[in-house]
Amino acid sequence: MQTKRLLKDRIASKLMLLLTVSSGLIVFVMAFGLYQRSRPILAIKPLSELLFSTSWHPLRGEFGFFPFIMGTLWVTGVAVAIAIPLCLLTAIYLSEYAHRWVREWTKPLIDLLAGIPSVVYGVWGVLIIVPLIKDYVAPFCGTFSSGYSVLAGGVVLAIMVFPIIIHVSVEVFRSVPYEVREASLALGATKWQTVKHVVMRKALPGVIAAIVLGLSRAFGETMAVLMVAGNVAKVPSSILDPAYPLPALIANNYGEMLSVPLYDSALLLSSLALLLVVLFFNIISRVILIRVERSIQ
Amino acid sequence: MEFKTHIRVRNVNVFYGKEQALKNVSVDIPDRRITAIIGPSGCGKTTLLKSFNRLIDTTDGVRVSGEISVDGENILDPKVEVTHIRKKMGLLSQKPYPLPMSIYDNVAYGPRIHGIKDKKRLDEIVERYLRQSSLWEEVRDRLRTPASRLSVGQQQRLCLARGLAVEPEIILGDEPTSALDPSSSQRIEQRFLELKNQYTIVIVTHILRQARRLADYVIFLYLGELIEHGTAEAIFENPKEQMTREYIKGIIS
Repeated sequence: MQTKRLLKDRIASKLMLLLTVSSGLIVFVMAFGLYQRSRPILAIKPLSELLFSTSWHPLRGEFGFFPFIMGTLWVTGVAVAIAIPLCLLTAIYLSEYAHRWVREWTKPLIDLLAGIPSVVYGVWGVLIIVPLIKDYVAPFCGTFSSGYSVLAGGVVLAIMVFPIIIHVSVEVFRSVPYEVREASLALGATKWQTVKHVVMRKALPGVIAAIVLGLSRAFGETMAVLMVAGNVAKVPSSILDPAYPLPALIANNYGEMLSVPLYDSALLLSSLALLLVVLFFNIISRVILIRVERSIQ
Repeated sequence: MEFKTHIRVRNVNVFYGKEQALKNVSVDIPDRRITAIIGPSGCGKTTLLKSFNRLIDTTDGVRVSGEISVDGENILDPKVEVTHIRKKMGLLSQKPYPLPMSIYDNVAYGPRIHGIKDKKRLDEIVERYLRQSSLWEEVRDRLRTPASRLSVGQQQRLCLARGLAVEPEIILGDEPTSALDPSSSQRIEQRFLELKNQYTIVIVTHILRQARRLADYVIFLYLGELIEHGTAEAIFENPKEQMTREYIKGIIS
């Protein structure tokens, strides 16, 4: 009786260990699988051609990813450029200026943004942002745009990364010891001087980590961007041009045109690249955040 | 001893939410003397100190009433510009909190935010106040290194230099030696004794011996009430109130 009980205990603990290890291993299994499947194209084409050629003609066997890489960078860049100032000012307001009850009401509301399915953002982008760009922004700039553009993708993406950047930044600002602010205020500094010279400086590594975390989300986001970015395989030359980011390329084509030789391998190579980039960003921001936490303790 | 009053406190009440931290406190703080605020923890010492430079304003849900005049100006008046009051007072907190910048920039921070940009003048200011807080010799070769690399005792002297650099009239110390080792504490005390010729100094302390060593004037608070105040001699040698006597003998704490 006694031994049976102990046996059960041991089996349960071993089983849970196994499950934990295997969920951790999935990342490596996926990366390895993607690598295996992208080897055929890597064996034929030099990596530099894949990365820097602008010619994307799968039927002719030309797989230049450059337009998609640039599409991703443009959309992400616009998103970050919009998100950084707005998020930082919001986070500063919430952590330094807002009344406690404002903070307590606003923070969950912002966190709620993170829970909205990305397809909803996509639809919203198509209904609001795209027409806005087509009818107002482009004419204002004196050009024509269908509205499906880098800018539309950037705006939608910016709103999607708001909750991450704001949430983490507020935490980072709140972790700056109150007495450091006091020291600056006691010298007759205004609140803004204190925020600018002291709080921001102390919080800088953490804020960078927050931004990188937002960036890695933006890089991989597929659905919403796919719906508004226009998806034309050409390097965009302005924010009003359409773009075709990597995730959209994969989502649109995988499973459709796999009879074309090497197409499958090319798409999986881009998936691998995406996985590695996002992984890299995540690791960097985690490392910074851990160091920030340590330095505060 | 005749004192000239520098800070005049009249009927000051402080509430944190529903809790009353100071009850109708009235006292005169003498000019160019060291005043020690003593009393057991939680009796409102720090609250009283922080109402002098209105740092207390930053606490959530705080209410202050009454009158505190510095140089004849009621600093609790909502119309008063708070940065200008705070510039008059240097603050030393319990633990030193250097700003996240170099030693030089820590001292230059105050003068810079108040508009001094001239490099040569800043150099002079930094040297003068680092000397006055007896830190210059130890850091003169590494002014550009982060202040966080200094020892805790050095950091506290840096905080003193930082506070002096805005040319205050008053120095407020909130248990300024409580995080320091004995020899660092002694150096800070020594600085206070030198500085009292030029500044009005108010320190909060729970170390009675420190109050005896430094103070010219003593304020005894108990549970938010001002029990007794007077010259150090009067309070320590001949206290009028039973409670003061018991506190000084260590019966209540």
